[in-house]
Amino acid sequence: MKKKLAVSVVALMTSVLMLAGCGGGASGGSSQGSGGTAGGVFKIGAIGPMTGDGAAYGMAVVNGSKLAVDEINAAGGVNGFTFEHKGEDDELNNEKSMNAYNTLKDWGMQVLVGPTTSGCCIAVSDLAHEDSMFLLTPSGTALDCVKYDNVFRVCFSDPAQGTASAKYLAEKGIGSKYAVIYDSSDPYSSGIYESFNAEASAQGLTIVSAEAFTSDSNKDFSVQLQKAKDGGADLVFLPIYYNQAALILKQAADMNYQPVFFGCDGMDGILTVENFDTSLAEGLILMTPFSADATDERTVNFVKKYQEQFGEVPNQFAADAYDGVYAIKEAIEKKNLTPDMSTEDICKGLMEAFPEITINGLTSSALSWDASGEPNKEPRIFAIEGGKYVVQ
Amino acid sequence: MSFLNYLINGLSLGSVYAIIALGYTMVYGIAKMLNFAHGDIIMVGSYIVYSAMSMAGMHPAIAILIAMVGCMVLGVVTERVAYRPLRGASSSLAVLITAIGVSYLLQNIALLVFGADTKAFTSVINWKGITLFDGELQIRGTTIITIAVGLLVLFGLQAFIHRTKSGQAMLAVAQDRGAATLCGIDVNKTIAITFAIGSSLAAVAGVLFCSTYPTITPYIGSMPGIKAFVAAVFGGIGSIPGAMIGGLTLGVIEILSRTYISSQLSEAIVFAILIVVLLVKPTGLLGKRVMEKV
Amino acid sequence: MLNTIRRKYGFYIVIVLFWLLMTLLKSAGALSSHFASLLVPMTYYAIAAVALNLCVGILGELSIGHAGFMCIGAFSGAIFSLLTKEALPGALRFFLAFLVGIALAALFGFLIGIPVLRLKGDYLAIVTLAFGEIIKNILQAVYFGVDSKGVHLALDMTDFTLEPDGLTLIKGPQGVSGTPRDSSFTVGIIVLLLALVLVHHLMDSRDGRAIMAIRDNRIAAEATGIHVTRYKMLAFTLSAAIAGAAGVLFSHNVTTMTNITNYFNYNASIMLLVYVVLGGIGNINGSVVAAMILYLLPEMMRGLQRYRMLIYAIVLILMMLFNWSPALVEKRRKAVAWLKNKLPGRGKGVA
Repeated sequence: MKKKLAVSVVALMTSVLMLAGCGGGASGGSSQGSGGTAGGVFKIGAIGPMTGDGAAYGMAVVNGSKLAVDEINAAGGVNGFTFEHKGEDDELNNEKSMNAYNTLKDWGMQVLVGPTTSGCCIAVSDLAHEDSMFLLTPSGTALDCVKYDNVFRVCFSDPAQGTASAKYLAEKGIGSKYAVIYDSSDPYSSGIYESFNAEASAQGLTIVSAEAFTSDSNKDFSVQLQKAKDGGADLVFLPIYYNQAALILKQAADMNYQPVFFGCDGMDGILTVENFDTSLAEGLILMTPFSADATDERTVNFVKKYQEQFGEVPNQFAADAYDGVYAIKEAIEKKNLTPDMSTEDICKGLMEAFPEITINGLTSSALSWDASGEPNKEPRIFAIEGGKYVVQ
Repeated sequence: MSFLNYLINGLSLGSVYAIIALGYTMVYGIAKMLNFAHGDIIMVGSYIVYSAMSMAGMHPAIAILIAMVGCMVLGVVTERVAYRPLRGASSSLAVLITAIGVSYLLQNIALLVFGADTKAFTSVINWKGITLFDGELQIRGTTIITIAVGLLVLFGLQAFIHRTKSGQAMLAVAQDRGAATLCGIDVNKTIAITFAIGSSLAAVAGVLFCSTYPTITPYIGSMPGIKAFVAAVFGGIGSIPGAMIGGLTLGVIEILSRTYISSQLSEAIVFAILIVVLLVKPTGLLGKRVMEKV
Repeated sequence: MLNTIRRKYGFYIVIVLFWLLMTLLKSAGALSSHFASLLVPMTYYAIAAVALNLCVGILGELSIGHAGFMCIGAFSGAIFSLLTKEALPGALRFFLAFLVGIALAALFGFLIGIPVLRLKGDYLAIVTLAFGEIIKNILQAVYFGVDSKGVHLALDMTDFTLEPDGLTLIKGPQGVSGTPRDSSFTVGIIVLLLALVLVHHLMDSRDGRAIMAIRDNRIAAEATGIHVTRYKMLAFTLSAAIAGAAGVLFSHNVTTMTNITNYFNYNASIMLLVYVVLGGIGNINGSVVAAMILYLLPEMMRGLQRYRMLIYAIVLILMMLFNWSPALVEKRRKAVAWLKNKLPGRGKGVA
């Protein structure tokens, strides 16, 4: 036992020394610190889950931002400089997300597009705030994500989505009795439900059932649907992601329950689930800033390129990340920022620039920001008719 | 009436747990190892069926057959490469950790091959089921077929184990490996057969699981794997009828607790009931008490 | 004499040297920020692995719920720090947070130990798994806060309202956030050393011998008059308490505990078990080494991008086979014996 131990200790020490050496070398070579140069290149990092349960979302953010970077570079870059892009995996885990952030920092990252999910975004924003690193999260929806002044987001916040949904339903008079099915283990889903619930009671809407599920039991929704059906709900609000929604739609059809289903931006992607019977989604209404079916030139170009390069139809995660990179480009041009500036100065410049810029993006034709970090864009409502998004 | 509906929903979920637990308990009872990779073999089976049906356009029956053979080969190969070298290791935990490694490996291979995005599975069961009392009560076709297949597997396994020579060898190996060797039983071969059967059952379970809940990702196997483990222990380790009953009970408890107590805390309640049952009956519902020897 | 010192204190010295080296490298700016940020997690996973090894290796009971104890330590320590953020100076607050986290984890260890330790083998394992999942499930569902009217606890956010002066401590799935980042590598190493001293001391004590006697043969131990339940409870509670300390370090490093499913579920418990088994069951120091290496491994392979976790899985399987396969162990033993013959003067050059 002793011998084994001694061997392991030696192994550890050598490996650690080796790694430390590597790490030191790397940080010496390309470190930005506060005065290093990157030779005319802006380094943009992206973080999201690329393995594990949330991999579909993280891959979309990394791919979407990469596509934008490649496009910008091909079109002559930004103020004569180019972008360099690197994505890191956080496994949907706050701790790993912090590690991913530090890896990117060692690489010389100057601007972060990410993290993808709310929890990771809040954890990483602490570090980014300490380092004065500009952070633009494409899809961190929780209120706390943008609590620091160096953090901005592309997507709507949870409260904005919940409130807008309830307002829209009350205005249009869709449905008379409502049911909610939400993921109580997910901050995104329960955040939207919370504000939806508050606004619904303010508008005098009747919620007959609000049933939760958790990430450990997200396959069987018979109870939640049965309760909605027994309560006589004619509209079911689904502030959840499309992969669970696909199961809910199937199970509702199996039990001959046909209410109107209403989703938020997490629902986007339902039509592109490979092999999915889109007739199940007929009549579904969703509030999302992005539609892969839109016919404007930007979207058509984006969807085509994304499909060519990554073999999938992009969802709103990819679109948000793509818009985020273009917003950063716009802001850099506005303030004439250069890559040889320190990270803090770039951060300061971007913070000043963001409330002043307006870009024509995929998720809004006039995307602008408040100094608080929230985006200004109109929610867009689509209904699914004949397997396609139709603007409402 | 709504109680009956919930009960049926519980049986529907339970039938899926049961069919997974049957394959699980087979390996678990005979090879005496917690095969954490069992859930991932289910995932592999589902992807094979998905590819064969949706991409190659094969008939469901052929697709299932291919998946069974594929999983059987996979099970035997992993057993040979990753588990057998550790037979006779000083702790039985070693092979358990290797199984976790195999589980990660299968998940990540699937991630690279099929991508992270959810894919919709085309159900192999198109029967809508039975509707009673003017549509008030509904039993889904997938539920009926899953339970029927579960019973078939249950009796098939019982017959195989008690009536055939290799089945008897399995019982012997399960009871005492040393003594089984002395009787001239090839322990390695017997365990390989166990993995072959257990893994092809995993393919069947995967098809039924994905027909009931028709989406696939590289990670669909991990939760059912752990639930099947719970069901197997609940029913009594190594008891094949116990796995069936344990699975069905687990499903019913999960649905009823979600219905009548709390949907946020349904897992906590299920596990609390499991603990109470094990405290009252420390060897599970159908487990046998083994006398301790000094 | 020198041998005794090396045997008893060698590993402590190695850890202190490791600490010294890392601290020096860090202050010289030779460590990348990525590597520097991994040092704290390495210490708390090592501590958690020591805790689990006490349960699995010394007590001989398989637990797959230890992430639950870590979770309790993490939450209670973080909540204490949030409540006293303004009132207490940093060092004292962090010290007290440790006491709170350890005490609560120990309390839960004790309470859970009462039913759990009546069971055996896989049944015991599954009940620890069940408790771990219950703890996680409840902590991600509750809303908990304090205000001038007292303590508020709710399961549904719609029932949860605080006075304007209130402080939300646990916000359902959003968990606890805003915990001060008090953890540092130095504190982590100190706690790790304390945990090691405690466990080694226990193993050398009368109590420890009793616990190991129970592991080796319960009936024989009972016959010699050892109070089996008492010693089992002692070891299990201590194990939970140490895991709780690791949890406190965790929550004061990550600062935002959202979506805890991803790090306090059964997978996390199993990961701890991987550290223990790879480092050697019952080999406390081995757990420390294994936890540190296995935590580093996937992080150091970030350059492999998409193939990272795939390679990690393969390396894990190979390491297991290398360390545990009877055939390979035999070969290794022979190789070492051969080396010994070749190098008669070995001994000092190795460690």
